[in-house]
Amino acid sequence: MFDINSYHKANSVDEAIALLSQNPDAIPMAGGTDILVRLHGHNKKFSHLVDIHNVIELQNVTIENDGTIVIGSGMTFTGLAHSSVIRENIPVLNEGGSSVGGPQVRNVATVGGNICNGAPSGDSASPLLVLNATVELKGPDGVRHLPLYEFYQGPGQVDRKDGEIMTCLRIAPGDYKGWSAYYYKYAMREAMDIATIGCAAACKVENGKIAGLRLGFTVAGPTPLRCWRTEEKASGMGANEELLDMVENSVLSDLRPRDSWRAAKDFREQIIKTLAKRVLREALKRNTEME
Amino acid sequence: MVVGKAVQRVDGVAKVTGKARYTDDFTMPGMRVAKYLRSTISHGRVTFIDTSQAKALPGVDGVFTFQDVPKRIYATAGHPFSLDPHHMDVADRYLLTDHVRYMGDEIAIVVAVNDLVATKALSLIDVEYESYQPLVEVSDILSKDAVEIHKGSGNIVKSHSFVAGGDLDAVKEECDRLIKGRYKTQIVQHCHLENHTAYAYMDDLDRIVIVSSTQIPHIARRIVGEALEMDVGFIRVIKPAIGGGFGNKQDVILEPMVAFLTKKLDGIPVRLKLDREEGMIGTRVRHPFDVKVQVGLDREGTVKLIDFDALSITGAYASHGHSIVSAGAAKTHYMYPRAVYSCKTKTIYSNIPAAGAMRAYGSPQMTFAIECAMEEAARSFGMDSVEFRLKNGARAGDKSQITKKPIMTCGLLDSIYKGKELINWDKKRAAWSAEQTGQVRNGLGVAIFSYGSGTYPVCVEPASARLILNQDGSAHLQVGATEIGQGSDTALAQMAAETLGFTFEKIHVVSAQDTDVTPFDTGSYASRQTYVTGQAVMRTAEQLKTKILAHASVITGLDSELITIVGDDIVIAEDPKIAVLSVRDVAIDAYYNKERGGQITAEATYKVRNNPHVFGCTFVDITVDIPLCRVKINEIYNVHDSGIIINPVTAEGQVHGGMAMGIGAALFEELMVDPDSGKIYNNNLLDYKVPTIMDIPDLGAAFIETNEPTHPYGSKSLGEPPIISQAPAIRNAILDATGVAINELPMSPKTIFKYFKNAGLI
Ligand SMILES: Cc1cc2nc3c(=O)[nH]c(=O)nc-3n(C[C@H](O)[C@H](O)[C@H](O)COP(=O)(O)OP(=O)(O)OC[C@H]3O[C@@H](n4cnc5c(N)ncnc54)[C@H](O)[C@@H]3O)c2cc1C
Repeated sequence: MFDINSYHKANSVDEAIALLSQNPDAIPMAGGTDILVRLHGHNKKFSHLVDIHNVIELQNVTIENDGTIVIGSGMTFTGLAHSSVIRENIPVLNEGGSSVGGPQVRNVATVGGNICNGAPSGDSASPLLVLNATVELKGPDGVRHLPLYEFYQGPGQVDRKDGEIMTCLRIAPGDYKGWSAYYYKYAMREAMDIATIGCAAACKVENGKIAGLRLGFTVAGPTPLRCWRTEEKASGMGANEELLDMVENSVLSDLRPRDSWRAAKDFREQIIKTLAKRVLREALKRNTEME
Repeated sequence: MVVGKAVQRVDGVAKVTGKARYTDDFTMPGMRVAKYLRSTISHGRVTFIDTSQAKALPGVDGVFTFQDVPKRIYATAGHPFSLDPHHMDVADRYLLTDHVRYMGDEIAIVVAVNDLVATKALSLIDVEYESYQPLVEVSDILSKDAVEIHKGSGNIVKSHSFVAGGDLDAVKEECDRLIKGRYKTQIVQHCHLENHTAYAYMDDLDRIVIVSSTQIPHIARRIVGEALEMDVGFIRVIKPAIGGGFGNKQDVILEPMVAFLTKKLDGIPVRLKLDREEGMIGTRVRHPFDVKVQVGLDREGTVKLIDFDALSITGAYASHGHSIVSAGAAKTHYMYPRAVYSCKTKTIYSNIPAAGAMRAYGSPQMTFAIECAMEEAARSFGMDSVEFRLKNGARAGDKSQITKKPIMTCGLLDSIYKGKELINWDKKRAAWSAEQTGQVRNGLGVAIFSYGSGTYPVCVEPASARLILNQDGSAHLQVGATEIGQGSDTALAQMAAETLGFTFEKIHVVSAQDTDVTPFDTGSYASRQTYVTGQAVMRTAEQLKTKILAHASVITGLDSELITIVGDDIVIAEDPKIAVLSVRDVAIDAYYNKERGGQITAEATYKVRNNPHVFGCTFVDITVDIPLCRVKINEIYNVHDSGIIINPVTAEGQVHGGMAMGIGAALFEELMVDPDSGKIYNNNLLDYKVPTIMDIPDLGAAFIETNEPTHPYGSKSLGEPPIISQAPAIRNAILDATGVAINELPMSPKTIFKYFKNAGLI
């Protein structure tokens, strides 16, 4: 039994915003797969709900004339897996999305919920980070855009202002065209598990040299992180073993893995270094295959 | 022939279509829910408790604390009653306690109209504690100044030692080589799908009815009687369909409480249902062991001596306590029965959740220690792991050093040959280089096991059955043994049909047990039911058959010696093609003929006084990814000698389930304790890593069928054995692949990381 205090179902984004504005304690609920777990634990912060599960306008993926991919926040991971826009242009997002939970969870869990939940482990986070995604929010004061990287503020904290709804995530053509990417989730189980470490790598190789390289990690810090220093060092390097060694040795300087009962810091570091190298190698391989 | 055939499970369709009814599927008007107030410290005393606000909350029917329960101490372990006062279970529980022994101990309970009100009421209870040092580490538990978790115990439940088969010092002298090792196993939890749940009501002034998800309805009735000081005749326990138990429901956990509550509340129905988080700390877990082993060998590599010192931690309460390590030690001795067997064991208390029975009852822990040490022994001689076990493993005709009785059937060596062939041992050995390098390496591993078919002679083994011939020529079979998913109803129905000569479809098993009606049987544990209850079923079926033929003889005038039953008909024994009349005709006549007959029923009860051992092995082929600290199972096989297999498909299912659980305990699962506070970190199914279907490889099962002479159908046990030998086999394969011996469980990436780092591999 859940201790739900108030529940309203919105049929449109504007209605959701209005409902949220009326009750400062209310939060949006999309798939509810994070919220209901909290309610099971009698967490009072989740007891006023505005249900956006049925808001159709949030549930599509489109590609704009300039090639920008627009992903509705209400897209479920199953929906993303079936979207040809995603499959053909940014399959790395599905590598993250299809590692979420199990089929039943993916049928209701949304990408918006995954991001707005603010978990350092969200499986769509590192793919979206290496795609340089931007977040679109709509609230009583209008629409805002900000880079996903800045949207994350701390564990469980995102920059969502009162009354706001995340409407979509946007990926510019320059952030995926000519790029190849790969995501690998390292967890204790092959399904129904939160990542111990998640790693995404994206790269763009021109004339055998790195024209762009991005690395995104989950559970390697208080929020999903990019590896800015390593990425910069990589720029212009040859796409070869030397690069991979550099990345392996440099990546920890960008990250802040934690010691906890779930996994010790030195163990996480071992996995981070190994993944950085292996995931990037796979991304590079895909780049060669693209040509 | 019905025995040996892959007939469909009698409960299969009902279960997969959701029709089968479990304890929580029954509700009654006015039913209330109960919820425990659990302690927030792991060791100490409640110095103050105020329930007045909780009691005043609308919707609350009652709040009871340790002050309100009977001052009556009782034991919860689901063992049969023992006439030997030295063999009684440790009585160390009250229904509620002010003496807190683990974080989550039950100190009060609320009864309310629903979950939310009950939860709210719990938050309104004020409690103050006096805290003692949490005793989690062995050195603290056994230190001289340690507070006693149970008064007068010195924090030791029991210890015992024995030497079987010869003189320890003399055999040590003879040994050419002594291999030593120390092996640790972790706390695992059963994680049966259906959590513990029970409800109770009264349908008279002094009778209590309890419906419970239990493996042991008749034992539960006795223990409720002991806890509440009631005669068992006033207590009725009903066991509907049950969603797994694995030993955790061979303990009486909720039944005395629901009985107490309904009695206090004038007989209204009260349900007490644990959620997963509560169940993982508030029921039972598997005992963690710390085992030091010495294996003594002569210069040919013959095992002369197995000497071990095992420490078992039972946690806050004794529950099955010392029986676990003691049974584990006794049952594993059959693996290498020609060696002198020397054993020292001790079971201690600790401020962590109570351990109890769990599938294979101490054997997985002991087998891990012994089979790791044996691998070390084999390797020290440069001997092939398989050859070493073929040389030293049990053979039919060997004598048990403990019981001095010969082992009558033993398919161990054939199982090893079979496993070796299935996994292609020799071919892979030849193909893989002995010294592998690189990040990803291959390994092969093997481990053997032995296990019993019940608890005799330690415990009594009673079983009973009843068969009633219906008007339509079918028969209802009632047993006190419980179907808990393992398939016993199906196996017992097959045996009944076999003896009666009936077609399988003509046997209806009454799957629910009801102690007011069901004949006595101690229930489902110790892999006993097919072996033990099967013998009562066979005797009952023989009786019923005799009675049916006697009545057929009255009707037909044919001598009953001349006729028999085949399928639905009474036929001429010498020429079964000639049907005289149908079984249905016999039944109708018996029921309704005005001048003769009556209901045809039979009932038999039987106490088995044998305990044949089963044997087998696990073979595994793995890949180790060294930098990722990860093991991948490529192929795994379990080969079992469980005597004649009653139903090949359900037997295979049983083996698959056991293997998956064994792999879980080997590579994934561990209930983690904070050593400073005694808190369990991961009492939920996200952080406690039961493997998913994606983590379990294809599972191979094979059988070596020996014909056990002490069982009417040649059968031996199969319930628990499939879980025993995966961990040591996988561990030995990791050793094979990397040269690193991992001596603690689980061999999760975190553990592997620690070992690989120490070994300089990463
Ligand atoms: C069994 C199980 C397994 C899981 N496995 C994984 C896993 O492997 N990997 C993983 O990353 N996660 C996992 N999760 C967590 C969860 O499923 C995901 O985070 C999911 O994407 C959340 O989406 P949702 O739509 O269900 O979010 P909800 O629970 O509805 O919401 C989550 C949070 O986001 C907010 N929110 C939702 N939508 C919006 C919006 N449009 N605008 C603003 N705020 C919004 C809510 O207010 C809430 O704070 C698992 C959960 C379960 C129950």
